[in-house]
Amino acid sequence: MKIAVCVKQVPDAAATKRIDPGTKRLDRSGEDALNPVDANAVEEALRIRDASGDGEVVLVSLGPEKALDSVRKGLAMGADRALLVSDPEAAGSDLVATSFLLAKALERESADLVLFGQQASDSDGAVLWAAVAERLRLPLISQAAELTLEGGAVTGKRQTEFGYDVIRAPLPAVVAVADSINQPRYPSLKGIMGAKKKQQDVLSLADLGIEAEDAGASGSRTEVLALSDPPPRGETRKLEDDGTGAEKIVEFLAEKRLL
Amino acid sequence: MSTLVFLEHHGDELQKGALGILAKASQLGGDVAGVVLGSGVESLAVDAGRFGATTVYVVDDPKLEAPLPQPRVDAIAQLVQEKGIETVLFAQSILSADIAAGLAARLGAGLNWQLVDIAAQDGTVVGKQSALGDSVLVDVGWTTTPRLALFRAGIADPVETGGSATVESFEVGFEEHSLAAEMLEQAHEESSGPSIEDAEIIVAGGRGLGAPEGFGMIEELAKALGGAVAATRAVVDAGWYPYSAQVGQTGKNISPGLYVACGISGAIQHKVGMQNSKVIVAINKDANAPIFEFADLGIVGDVHTIVPKLTELVRARKG
Ligand SMILES: Cc1cc2nc3c(=O)[nH]c(=O)nc-3n(C[C@H](O)[C@H](O)[C@H](O)COP(=O)(O)OP(=O)(O)OC[C@H]3O[C@@H](n4cnc5c(N)ncnc54)[C@H](O)[C@@H]3O)c2cc1C
Ligand SMILES: Nc1ncnc2c1ncn2[C@@H]1O[C@H](COP(=O)(O)O)[C@@H](O)[C@H]1O
Repeated sequence: MKIAVCVKQVPDAAATKRIDPGTKRLDRSGEDALNPVDANAVEEALRIRDASGDGEVVLVSLGPEKALDSVRKGLAMGADRALLVSDPEAAGSDLVATSFLLAKALERESADLVLFGQQASDSDGAVLWAAVAERLRLPLISQAAELTLEGGAVTGKRQTEFGYDVIRAPLPAVVAVADSINQPRYPSLKGIMGAKKKQQDVLSLADLGIEAEDAGASGSRTEVLALSDPPPRGETRKLEDDGTGAEKIVEFLAEKRLL
Repeated sequence: MSTLVFLEHHGDELQKGALGILAKASQLGGDVAGVVLGSGVESLAVDAGRFGATTVYVVDDPKLEAPLPQPRVDAIAQLVQEKGIETVLFAQSILSADIAAGLAARLGAGLNWQLVDIAAQDGTVVGKQSALGDSVLVDVGWTTTPRLALFRAGIADPVETGGSATVESFEVGFEEHSLAAEMLEQAHEESSGPSIEDAEIIVAGGRGLGAPEGFGMIEELAKALGGAVAATRAVVDAGWYPYSAQVGQTGKNISPGLYVACGISGAIQHKVGMQNSKVIVAINKDANAPIFEFADLGIVGDVHTIVPKLTELVRARKG
């Protein structure tokens, strides 16, 4: 059983996220992290691998070279190796270009199962898997809160606006998991040390046989035209709980005549 | 300008969100068409005329019976190509997002998401996207046609135009991979339990409660305040609390006088269901949690110490 997991490096939650007004792209110069919900996809892959007795978990990512620093967290959790597609020409890829590049990388792996996280914290898209599944011409299950593998098929249970769906797809298949599917393990110290030694390949566009015109801005079909401030919000107050947090809330509710 | 709106239906009802997008489509000028996909759905199509569609295409096929995205990609792709449609609009939903993204790959068409508005500008189309946790509004464009747009849930209400639509049926073929996934079961739960939609005060719990038992103290606080209990998808999926209490994109959309969020990060899909609450109070131990960006009062601290104490204080105050 070979499982590929698509993971992304995103700005750390503590960093203020901004779009660079010059390049009109997300400013990726600050602290980074592995996209938090992608850890759920890695965790699910590890569980499936370990339950099946043998198999391999490959992390697949598209991003700048420093993305390996974040991808390594997945290796520290227990994934076997990582593959990063990185090329200056790939920067600024939108959904059309990103799905194209990732699909090319995934085609080389021909995994039985391709897993995705719930959504990237910097894009709030929750869409990439559907584009990748289409490019790979594989069946898709998204938002899976439960997964079972049996008889060469994967079955997922997922929430919709109306309740729960149960969907089955024959392998190979693409599955995006919800953040409720599991509790990702913390990497152990041994895992963190071992991660550095695991195989980590960086592939350029040329390595994947991709023309520059199919990547980055030229391979994209959307563009950012302008940035503006959102409508002003009401006043917000944030207080550190110094032992009087509950009192502060009561005072506030009284002030608002809600008590 | 020819615009197509995907008209999602559930049972024998067109979805309100999609009908609302018909009104957005009319802002672009030109023809506004809708498309209904399913099995035995012909009669639904007529309804869309009242909300601004002049043509409604119907693809009626048993292969479209289950609400799965991939066969719908096949159908819309063929329709777009045959009719020369320039812009396709979707109201955000679990189904629509997967169709829109699949279509982007199939047609090599640009997809912009989290849109809150769209307009025709100098002969082209510009979308307004709310990005990075609603900290910035981005004007987004498309470099080619067809253009694909996915609107944020609940941004537009249907507008009755009193018109009527020409219904046109359309036949399509399906790709093998599009038919590979199969719907085994649709457990469409009826809402049971106390309604959170009518409550003036809501106390909501998320994964920060740590365990299902955490909802005990949430219920206590709700009782003390005279309110009802709500939950995030993460804890509903995990079985900590019933689906009927879920707030957000795939749950309920509520606007109580007070919303107390306990151990909730404030993800955008949760926010869209509760941001119209008059007063929002949040308790979260992570000072960087997005919920603090839009809570009127945020306390950075542990729910396990603050919530029980708050309940006590509220009780004492109410006597
Ligand atoms: C298409 C789609 C639809 C979705 N629909 C919905 C929806 O309808 N409703 C919905 O809610 N979500 C929905 N989601 C999921 C959403 O994106 C988030 O994943 C979810 O809301 C997170 O739930 P949470 O806040 O409970 O958990 P988390 O994001 O895990 O947040 C838990 C929070 O608790 C805090 N915490 C932990 N321990 C403590 C403590 N002891 N004291 C105080 N704070 C603590 C943490 O700091 C964290 O901020 C949807 C996602 C997608 C992609
Ligand atoms: N650049 C990337 N490289 C690899 N995987 C990605 C990348 N961007 C997004 N993903 C995966 O796709 C999921 C959904 O991303 P998005 O559609 O951007 O919200 C994420 O949770 C990741 O699993």
